[in-house]
Amino acid sequence: MKFNKQVNTADMSIPTVINAAGRAVPTEINGKPAIPFRGIGKYRPSGNKYGPPIPSCIDFPPDGNKVVATLEEALLRCGLRDGMTISTHHHLRDGDLISNSIFRIASLLGVKDLVWLPSASFPCNDPVIQYLEDGTINRIEGSMNGPLGRFVSEGRMKGTAVLRSHGGRVQAIQDGEVRIDIAVLVAPSADSFGNAKGTGGSSACGVLGYAKTDAMYADKVIVVTDNLIDVPCLPMEIEGNYVDCVVVVDKIGIPEKIVSGTTQITKSPDRLLIAELTAAFLEKSGILKDGVRMQAGAGGTSLAIGVFIHEILRKKGWKSKFGFGGSTKYMVEMLEQGQMEYILDAQAFDLESVASIEKNSGHVPYPVFNAYNFHSKGNLTSMMDIMILGATEVDLNFNGNVVTHSDGYLLHGIGGWQNCLHARNVILPLPLFRDRIPVIVDQVTTLCGPGELIDVIVTERGIAINPLRQDLIESVRNSGLPITTIEKLKLEAERICGKPSLPRFEDKIVAAIKWVDGTVIDTVRQIKK
Amino acid sequence: MDKSCATTGNSGPKVRSDCQITLSLKNEGGISIELKSKVETLYGDSVRSLCLKMLRCLGIENAHLEVVDSGALPFVIMARLEAAVKKLTGTGMKFLPDFPEDNMYSTARDRFRFSRLYLPGNTPSLMINAGLHSADGIILDLEDSVAPEKKDEARILVRNALRQLDFRSAEKMVRINQGERGMNDLDSVIPQNVNLVLIPKCESPENVREVANHIREITAGSGLAYPVYLMPIIESALGVELAFDIARADESVVAMAVGLEDLTADMGVRRTREGNETLYARTRIVNAAKAAGIQPIDSVFPDVADMEGLRNNVAVSKALGFEGMGCIHPRQVALIRQGFAPEPEEIEKSKKIVRAYEAALSKGLGVVALGSKMIDPPVVNRAMRSIDLAVRLGLIDSEWRNESSDEIQQTS
Repeated sequence: MKFNKQVNTADMSIPTVINAAGRAVPTEINGKPAIPFRGIGKYRPSGNKYGPPIPSCIDFPPDGNKVVATLEEALLRCGLRDGMTISTHHHLRDGDLISNSIFRIASLLGVKDLVWLPSASFPCNDPVIQYLEDGTINRIEGSMNGPLGRFVSEGRMKGTAVLRSHGGRVQAIQDGEVRIDIAVLVAPSADSFGNAKGTGGSSACGVLGYAKTDAMYADKVIVVTDNLIDVPCLPMEIEGNYVDCVVVVDKIGIPEKIVSGTTQITKSPDRLLIAELTAAFLEKSGILKDGVRMQAGAGGTSLAIGVFIHEILRKKGWKSKFGFGGSTKYMVEMLEQGQMEYILDAQAFDLESVASIEKNSGHVPYPVFNAYNFHSKGNLTSMMDIMILGATEVDLNFNGNVVTHSDGYLLHGIGGWQNCLHARNVILPLPLFRDRIPVIVDQVTTLCGPGELIDVIVTERGIAINPLRQDLIESVRNSGLPITTIEKLKLEAERICGKPSLPRFEDKIVAAIKWVDGTVIDTVRQIKK
Repeated sequence: MDKSCATTGNSGPKVRSDCQITLSLKNEGGISIELKSKVETLYGDSVRSLCLKMLRCLGIENAHLEVVDSGALPFVIMARLEAAVKKLTGTGMKFLPDFPEDNMYSTARDRFRFSRLYLPGNTPSLMINAGLHSADGIILDLEDSVAPEKKDEARILVRNALRQLDFRSAEKMVRINQGERGMNDLDSVIPQNVNLVLIPKCESPENVREVANHIREITAGSGLAYPVYLMPIIESALGVELAFDIARADESVVAMAVGLEDLTADMGVRRTREGNETLYARTRIVNAAKAAGIQPIDSVFPDVADMEGLRNNVAVSKALGFEGMGCIHPRQVALIRQGFAPEPEEIEKSKKIVRAYEAALSKGLGVVALGSKMIDPPVVNRAMRSIDLAVRLGLIDSEWRNESSDEIQQTS
């Protein structure tokens, strides 16, 4: 490994090296050593999993009632102090009323330099910018969208952001790369012992698939609910044995922002065309078959693909063995109409799926910890036949970017994207350009996923198959589908849009992008003004 | 109004792929450009240098230019800026984008015109991908979908779109305005390899001849070699009564359409879903068109969300003898194409005729016979077109001739 020049990350000068993907990455992030990406499946961890301190019953009330009056009191009981790492989950999405208040309380108490480890952040979390500015929070290790992403990209966050996939986050927690001092876990229903679930009450989100790891590995766990029910709260998605305190508040979330009333397939004729082409590709290549295991997101194009797949399955009399959620009403329709046997679900996106979890025995909560953790004895994603994913950019080597836009600004989290790349057939339905911005580029602005794992790009102007997948190229040879090459797609985008200039960056690293095994695959640098 | 300042184009939270340009002429100080662009990092420099080059080219030396850009492609920026300059100086100078050779093609008089997709002439975002939806024709509309004060800039935008956009072999159509304005539209768009011009609210053969003659003047003057066909649209009671004369007013007329929204207004009746109020008009137009040997084309179906209604509408339309209809949304295209497509029996019969024709050719026979029946050349042509269409619609394989010999025996 050769050493690169010295660059500034945050305050100090530390060396960077060129990793196996050809990207310059630091060997130290936020004062902790970091391992550069070594290639897919090349890094083998050693040692033991992290274990939180051993608690004892003698410190908890024998009647099991752990309710404390306020979140502030709970935080103080859990020993809130400077430099702690606070984790939250994102099941309440843009309707989350609790995360920001943690930092408001900390700020009022004069606590400094916290690390926030959300499983994702949403526009409703933009107010935490003030706590980044006043020093309450040192850095965020998690997704950054909109104004938060802008704040970080402009180099205004004190620490360096660390972006991990959903699976990478649970891996980092399990391996002790990140130690959670206090996990604040909101729950739509909970009992006084701390057992909690995602259904019931006025803020139901369906499942709590992202909370399990935090509960297991955090030193202290606070459950916050607005629907306290009698012991036992069943099913116990969070088990009270892990929980230190329970806080009851008036409202944990804004229901209409927690789940969309109903998710909708795209109305854009161009996106529908891409969805139709994708479904036709899956059918003609033979990837879509009886018993297929599939996963698609909740974006409008993905939903439309799901609807087209549903039609094909029905027409052929086939049945999908299981789909992995993010569940939507379209998946629920497949389940209820007999074209899907099980939905394994880590998060519910709409009211129809929340309702389905309670009434359909084939709709089963399935934690991210089990689905995505790379440091595990196998995981679900490599068993999937069809994986439909998005990207902001894909380059000529099929490398993908999901965290920055082509102008260099951080605008999205990784989500489960990196984890899902391990599926057998990874298909990215993408428009060739968005408002003049080409999606197929010479080189991705930020590398999030190596091209070896990305199989097919479906655009409205043709389908490009990764040359590594000669089997797929062969399978659609005389299909009549508009098969082309990634090079031709890139040229067509540039013919229409013009050749774009590249964003310019300062040396300062504002965010590190982790791969699923905890190694550093790339960095994001400060935007040059 | 300030004569030294002009605004063109569109901006706003919902506007995409467009830009708004405000140009103020000055007496001194050279050219200054203020750009607010969604794509500043990637294309900011290129937008600025394009604007500068254009202004110099159009003879503007001192001006302040404000551009609010929501990801406009270069041909859109060029159209907006040219329109702004023209507003202020009345210049006749043009700044034309490239015209790639792939975008220059002619169409045949008797090609299918099942689906023709209307695109508002001043909305670039809807134009860019229009060619991907397999419509037989793309209509860039300068008439009803463009506000009166936007007519001049739409004309320039449509001109540029015709040069720059790849409509993927769809027939390139323009609906011009009525009267004098329509003649100006022709001056601008005819040299851009337009395949067909729609004449709105056509009420007399003279309307058609005026357009046809003006087009001939333009093409003759500039040595343009491609055919430009006409499709008059009948939208009034008078037009209906004169439909046959209109249909044969000029040899370049290849189709005649009916516009039911304006027609029902003219007749003072309400347009219903069943359409009994326009049954006479529609059948009369079909008959006039058939008598004149051109294609009768039905009106658009206005409810994009009602696909079942559209399906019924197409079925009735085809049964009356129409050979196509307009689309106001790409989602309507596939259903309309399927609806007007040849039915399975028709395809089977056409296969037999084409096989018989090809067998006759290979034997050097001048007469085509199927069994004991003689086949006339137009019938062969029609069968070939049906087969061609069935292939294009994916109803039969392009290698249909290689089907198993069993089947050939059955059909012979």
